[in-house]
Amino acid sequence: MAQRPQHIELRTSPHLHQADSVETIMRNVVYALLPLCGYAVYQFGLSALALILVVTITCMATEQLFNHLSSRANTLTDASAIITGLLLALTLPPGFPLWMGAVAGFVAIALGKALFGGLGCNLFNPALVGRAFVQAAFPTAISSWTPAFFSGRFSQFVPSSLALPFTHPVDVGGWSQAVADGFSGATPLALHKFEGLTTPVMELFTGSVAGSSGETSALLILICGSYLALRRMLDWRIPVAILGSAALLSALLQLLSPSNPDPLFMLFSGGLMLGAVFMATDMVGSPVTPLGVWVYGLLIGSLTIIIRIYGGLNEGVMYAILLANAASPLIEAVTQPRIYGRSNQGGNHDA
Amino acid sequence: MRLLNAIWHGTFSHGVHPPQYKEETAQRPIRRLPFAPRMVLPLNQHIGRPALPRVVAGQEIWRGEPIAEADGHLSVPLHAPVSGVVESIRLMPTAQGPKAQAIVVHTYAADSQEVRYGTAQELDTMTPAELIMAVQQAGLVGLGGAAFPSHVKLSAPSDRTIDTLLANGCECEPFLTTDHRAMLEQTADLIRGIGIAMRATGAKQAVIGVEDNKPDVIHHLQQAVAQHADITVAVVRTKYPQGAEKLLIKATFGREVPSGGHSYDVGVVSHNVGTLAAMGRLLPQGQGLIERVITVAGPGIDQAGNYLVAIGTPLRFILEQLGLKDGDNEVITGGPMMGSAVASLDVPVTKGTSGILVLNRAAIEQEHRKIHHCIKCARCVQACPMHLNPSYLGLLAAQHDYQSMEQGYHLNDCFECGACSYVCPAGIPLVQYFRIAKAINREQRSKVA
Repeated sequence: MAQRPQHIELRTSPHLHQADSVETIMRNVVYALLPLCGYAVYQFGLSALALILVVTITCMATEQLFNHLSSRANTLTDASAIITGLLLALTLPPGFPLWMGAVAGFVAIALGKALFGGLGCNLFNPALVGRAFVQAAFPTAISSWTPAFFSGRFSQFVPSSLALPFTHPVDVGGWSQAVADGFSGATPLALHKFEGLTTPVMELFTGSVAGSSGETSALLILICGSYLALRRMLDWRIPVAILGSAALLSALLQLLSPSNPDPLFMLFSGGLMLGAVFMATDMVGSPVTPLGVWVYGLLIGSLTIIIRIYGGLNEGVMYAILLANAASPLIEAVTQPRIYGRSNQGGNHDA
Repeated sequence: MRLLNAIWHGTFSHGVHPPQYKEETAQRPIRRLPFAPRMVLPLNQHIGRPALPRVVAGQEIWRGEPIAEADGHLSVPLHAPVSGVVESIRLMPTAQGPKAQAIVVHTYAADSQEVRYGTAQELDTMTPAELIMAVQQAGLVGLGGAAFPSHVKLSAPSDRTIDTLLANGCECEPFLTTDHRAMLEQTADLIRGIGIAMRATGAKQAVIGVEDNKPDVIHHLQQAVAQHADITVAVVRTKYPQGAEKLLIKATFGREVPSGGHSYDVGVVSHNVGTLAAMGRLLPQGQGLIERVITVAGPGIDQAGNYLVAIGTPLRFILEQLGLKDGDNEVITGGPMMGSAVASLDVPVTKGTSGILVLNRAAIEQEHRKIHHCIKCARCVQACPMHLNPSYLGLLAAQHDYQSMEQGYHLNDCFECGACSYVCPAGIPLVQYFRIAKAINREQRSKVA
């Protein structure tokens, strides 16, 4: 006869759970970002490596600082601060002064996440909050681009990287001309917008152009994003809606005025691909309703194109995503799914 | 709409795919377990008013004898599962949680235990009302787990026309295979039961809904119903919770039961296949429900399988017979998705107990989750078969805003399948929040009333 069990466990149903936890999802996002970081280092050398490390470590330290201040348990294990750090670093120019990177990392976690209450409570994508802050604070540094694949990138820093805190970084224009003959210091989007030059789409696709550390290779971003989407850790509908609406709208605008860039150029240039695949899909900032996801994606795609073509900036993804993050609760409220057995939607107080 | 139905034919939208764990027991034929020395028969084994005891302490009772009678329409009688003597009628622990009045019976170990009660009934000459009465007299309730009195489901209001009887053979809960075995081994009873239920309701056709993870059952049933023109087998996709009545109706007929309504509002009456088989077996002989098939499975048990046990058998007796492994265990009555863990092994098998699962320490630890704040991954929204928004309901529950949950987000459409908690990577016990919210709302309403 079997012995009495010493102890009977009491839990509420369901007694089974699927394997994915917040930690495994976040860890997989980090895995998916690592190839992008690797390529950024391969492309831009030491400066990119140092920038990625500094920003990520600042993000983790800030997270821990706020945990300490609010007497909360360690949240570094959920890896979300690492994601913010990596994403933020990938959106900065490779020669971005390291101290400014640290400021961006601090602001991203402090203002973008910790003040809202930590993971899950934030309204905006923390990495983009950090990016928006430095865009406003350091307008010159954030638009100083350095050439990709310059020789000696593994033995020397871009001169601006090592600028001392609170000093003006050196102008890298002359240095860039010296290491890469004929480098204009502009990204393909800026070239097109301000000088009317178009970069071949193939170069954009594979990423041999100037730009932020991690946004230059559309191909790599798509591969890494597909990995996450296949593991159901990324909502494929968001990038599809963003890229689809961006392509449609730019095709329409090109029909109206042929001087506007063609859809393929729009899709593969600037931060659109990185933003669509890794930024807009941040679960916390995007709607949970099935229809809402499409509306959210459409909003980002079309806002991006409108800012790029009609705005004063040559790049618009960041503001488009931040605006859509802000609109997300509203989108959710009006796109509640129809409940089984009811003709009306949930969320409207007419039960 | 028609196009949508064509796409969704054979299933419903949303739902989850938990691991099946059915291989271990699905091929094991039903075996009978011996009688426990003491049986515990709670009077509230069914939904509705508890049965009224008709025996006193010290009285001898015989297997099959009615020992408690129905208290009104929403109630069923209780029959003696063994020959023995009534020890007492007192409060006893039950699997549902609170203690309940129960008839405790001391079993006569040397008795032959043949069923001595019941007189054969001529069903063919009975009217629908008489059939429904006979179903109530048999003490039949939904054996799939709900334990709702079967005769109440058969008696639709006179302004509703029933066109279809749905025999629910989905058995979407992992581990459980009682319906699987019943459909294979009690096929004649099942078909007879379907005939009785069709006559009682006036349904013109019957459909047996089976998930496509039971190809042997599908093949077997298709041959068995070949000479019955009015019975068909509908194969539905394997997905949890396909066995929920509303979702099976959607999957097989494309009809949606209106919120707060009943299946007869869309012309359907549904019964679990195990219930129908019991109906087909018991009614011709005029006997009552005194035993049922349960699946005993899980990593904490030696001899997993399907067993015919007398109602009232304490879990401890069953688990000792089948080899309970030592160590820390979690013992669950019902399936792993909706079943409840028991606090004591002294609780009995009741009419609604479809299985006993024993999870060991390793299995329990594997399910351990750190609870995070909701990260709005939307997995619960994509899992909810009722298309509710569990994510938002969970946030409202955290703010104790139970009124908004009910009025704005239709909490009461939730039937607590647990798909949301199953998928939640943040480990939030969503369905438990919803149970608590419903209970608090019920309490509020009863205070006002």
